[in-house]
Amino acid sequence: MTRPIALLLAALAIAIPLSLLAGQVWLNPFAPQAPNAITILAELRAPRAALALVIGAGLGGAGAAMQGYLRNPLADPGLFGVAPTAAFGAVLSLALGLGVLLPVAALLGAALAMAALALIAGNASGPNSTTLFALAGLMLASLSGALTSLVISLAPNPFALSEIVTWLMGSLESRSWHDVALAAPPTALGLTLLARAAPALDALTLGEETARSLGVDPVRLLSLMVLGTGLVVGAGVAAAGIIGFVGLVVPHLLRPCTDQRPSSLILPSALGGALLLLLADCLCRLLPLAGGELRIGIALSLIGAPFFLALLLQLRSELA
Amino acid sequence: MNLSAHSLTVPGRLTDVSVTLRPGELTAICGPNGAGKTTLLRALAGLEPAPVKLGETALADLPPRRRAQEIGYLSQHAQPAWNLSAEALVRLGRLPHRTSRSEDEAAATAALAALDLAHLASRGIHTLSGGERARVLLARVLAGQPQWILADEPLASLDLAHAAALLRHFRQLADQGRGVVLVVHSLAHAMNHADRVIVLDNGRLAADGPPQVALSEEVIEHVWRVRAQWTGPATARALSL
Repeated sequence: MTRPIALLLAALAIAIPLSLLAGQVWLNPFAPQAPNAITILAELRAPRAALALVIGAGLGGAGAAMQGYLRNPLADPGLFGVAPTAAFGAVLSLALGLGVLLPVAALLGAALAMAALALIAGNASGPNSTTLFALAGLMLASLSGALTSLVISLAPNPFALSEIVTWLMGSLESRSWHDVALAAPPTALGLTLLARAAPALDALTLGEETARSLGVDPVRLLSLMVLGTGLVVGAGVAAAGIIGFVGLVVPHLLRPCTDQRPSSLILPSALGGALLLLLADCLCRLLPLAGGELRIGIALSLIGAPFFLALLLQLRSELA
Repeated sequence: MNLSAHSLTVPGRLTDVSVTLRPGELTAICGPNGAGKTTLLRALAGLEPAPVKLGETALADLPPRRRAQEIGYLSQHAQPAWNLSAEALVRLGRLPHRTSRSEDEAAATAALAALDLAHLASRGIHTLSGGERARVLLARVLAGQPQWILADEPLASLDLAHAAALLRHFRQLADQGRGVVLVVHSLAHAMNHADRVIVLDNGRLAADGPPQVALSEEVIEHVWRVRAQWTGPATARALSL
């Protein structure tokens, strides 16, 4: 086990129990228990923490794989257009009053996006196939963004509208073990597929041509990437809405602590993503805000956007 | 096993090129800009949809990993995306083998030492000079210990001493029975170091044979449209214009 992985595991071992104790009602493990403490712990905080860990791990790991695939430190799992398409599916189910089917609709949206990506970019094996892939993803993202706006503008009643808008912000509030059971298996499967792509991602460090000369099959790699990120991102959106920037920020922060090979970054990024989402969710819970708690999707974007800008400025100065 | 292409045609880039390369030979591919040298090398490496055979097996029928174990390819434009250490980068050449970590490390160390890079092993690739980086990228190919080494302008960014050392190294590899195929721009390098020279002109085979024949003054005038004269002793000939 490498040093960053050991440190991240240690940090998680401290953060997980703390996150269970923190909230509007603080639980003191050494004092007589507050009434309902067990219920709060088992029914509210534990599933919420578990979901934060699952989604954070998925987004962090998928971000590391995606940056390796596109050979670009600015890549994010959201770039594939899977998240917006999954969100469109979810929004559609809310607008039609079929909120019960929301997770299924989101996963279907993600599957649709994956199929479209595979169709558009699947046969490309030339020197620019990853570029084609990224552009296809951007196109999908923009199309599903427009469709989502259309659904919002046609929302049947103010209640549906408010439900859609609130959901789009991304949150882990009031999630149950049911949501964990929904998100964990696809995330685990997706991360396993991405881990299988890891040696090919290493070869891609030297460009597509060299990767192919090293025996990488571009079509197999594309399939692993599309399926892996699709499952991870689809599961995340289905359970918690759109949560951005984890997949961008975490791999970028952890890369200098590894030997820089994409394969050695996936596991630390998954652990780091889990830690970041867990801590961010605790902060959201603790910040006093009129009308409820801060949405984690908003909080992460508020942290992420300046980070992204700093990254761009740093790249600019490196290029100068 | 021979590496052979029969009637190779890549639309717009190569027309009806047939070559059979033999292990133990150092072959140079020469020609003016845009003649199709890189395309021929890529096709021989199995990177173009083209009818190329290794022994009796078509490259397209070999599993990609098996092909990669046999044929190492050095691209002209490989820009490492991440700042890997030279050692980690060279170890990427072991990917087709899936051998133990210690075996991979031993092969990487040997390849680094062979190209006079041992002192740079822990340096990040982005911190190296152009020539050092070119040698690390070539060490990556050598670490895979392929039977065939196909390199696109491996001498392009090397200083005189390192270019000479590298040509000696290629010669050793050929003498050990490997097949070495290099795209080179310097006709003098091809003349003095290659066993065989393939000259391409506008996508077609213009000459193929021992350097004295394939790079004769008549061929140079016909292909490069330059009047030139070989001078000097047999193993150290120079081209004067």
